[in-house]
Amino acid sequence: MSTHRVAFTLNGDRRELEIAADRLLIDVIRDDCGATGTKLGCGVGVCGACSVLVDGELLSACLLPAVFADGRRITTVEGLANDELTPLQDAFIREGGFQCGICTPGQLIAATALLAEQPRPDAEAIRSWMMGNLCRCTGYYGIVRAIQRAAGPA
Amino acid sequence: MTFDYHEPRTLAEALALLDRYGEDAHLMAGGTATVLLMRQGLLRPGHVIALRAIDELGGIAHTPDGGLRIGAMATHRAVERSADAFAYSPALTDAFRSVATVRIRNQATVGGNLAHADPAQDPPPMLSALNATVSVRSSRGGRSLPIEELAVDHFTTSLAHGEIITEVILPPIEPGTRETYLKFLPRTADDYATVSVAATLRFAPGGTIAETRIVLGAVGPTPIRARRVEDALRGQPVSRARDAVDLVRDEIDPIDDLRGSAAYKREMARIWTGRALAQVTR
Repeated sequence: MSTHRVAFTLNGDRRELEIAADRLLIDVIRDDCGATGTKLGCGVGVCGACSVLVDGELLSACLLPAVFADGRRITTVEGLANDELTPLQDAFIREGGFQCGICTPGQLIAATALLAEQPRPDAEAIRSWMMGNLCRCTGYYGIVRAIQRAAGPA
Repeated sequence: MTFDYHEPRTLAEALALLDRYGEDAHLMAGGTATVLLMRQGLLRPGHVIALRAIDELGGIAHTPDGGLRIGAMATHRAVERSADAFAYSPALTDAFRSVATVRIRNQATVGGNLAHADPAQDPPPMLSALNATVSVRSSRGGRSLPIEELAVDHFTTSLAHGEIITEVILPPIEPGTRETYLKFLPRTADDYATVSVAATLRFAPGGTIAETRIVLGAVGPTPIRARRVEDALRGQPVSRARDAVDLVRDEIDPIDDLRGSAAYKREMARIWTGRALAQVTR
């Protein structure tokens, strides 16, 4: 097994690691960097719990070889808020966009990517984009309302 | 999974690595399929050769003759968002947008999709209906083949070891042609199709059908071109479409699975081929 020196930023902090070729980004973020906000759900790219932003692009960390992170800017749920919650995080609280919370980091990351690309999505666009982030608690209504609230009127 | 990882920066370098490691090497494009197959133990290469750093494999642009070139490492999402791809055919945009979720489309590539050769994928039937050719390179030279000759069975292509898909070339579309991509999704929106239908059709000046290509996904070991339906339609008025569509049932070879029984898929293939034809003859 080959190992590789990989340098990236995680939520603005520079990381430089020596990693084996078969490591996945989800494991490097959680186990090597200690950023456990990102969750491992299905492990096959379906459920969205491991959603991260790589250079602003929404990706599944469970499908991404960690060597692919070299030179990239990774954003996880820990990187969204500074001193205050983002409007989106605040809206998730106000609209009941979560219950147990396991999917919430992925929901927030996916919705952040949506609003970066489409600042005023309608409900249809929200449902279509968020379709890949599963939630077994909310029935999705609170999530859609939260994103609408953060975005303002379509 | 235990392998050595290589990230060549040129196509020549990648081809040399493929030759050096032979059957023990496997290419990785976006990695969505390769990572899953390796984690499930279905693929155990000693060497993984990633193509992501090879700039010449990227890009999506009109060709001078009015066709379209899609670089093998273009992501699905890049095609979905490409103004050139949409101008070429909105149905092509639809087919790429139909794939899984935004996350997968951001990672999965066009060349990786074709090399994976899962018969339930969305892009291959549409690319086939648009008469695409696939360019392939090896250390011995290059060749191009009609996309219909690429997939030969479930997850199996006609590519020889040592060959890399470099691009997909779509020819100019004849004026007056209409195109559509329909995907029947009875379960969830990010699922593979139960059946999908890509169709292109052009009328002759007299109102008869001059040319049509109809390709179905998820109902056989490869995308299936409905040649008998096409033959029954050429030169005929649109009123003959209903009879022609019935022929599709005998052209496909679906399997029983969690997306439906073979008999159900046969019936759905007939219905969705009819709907696709309604779209392109409207």
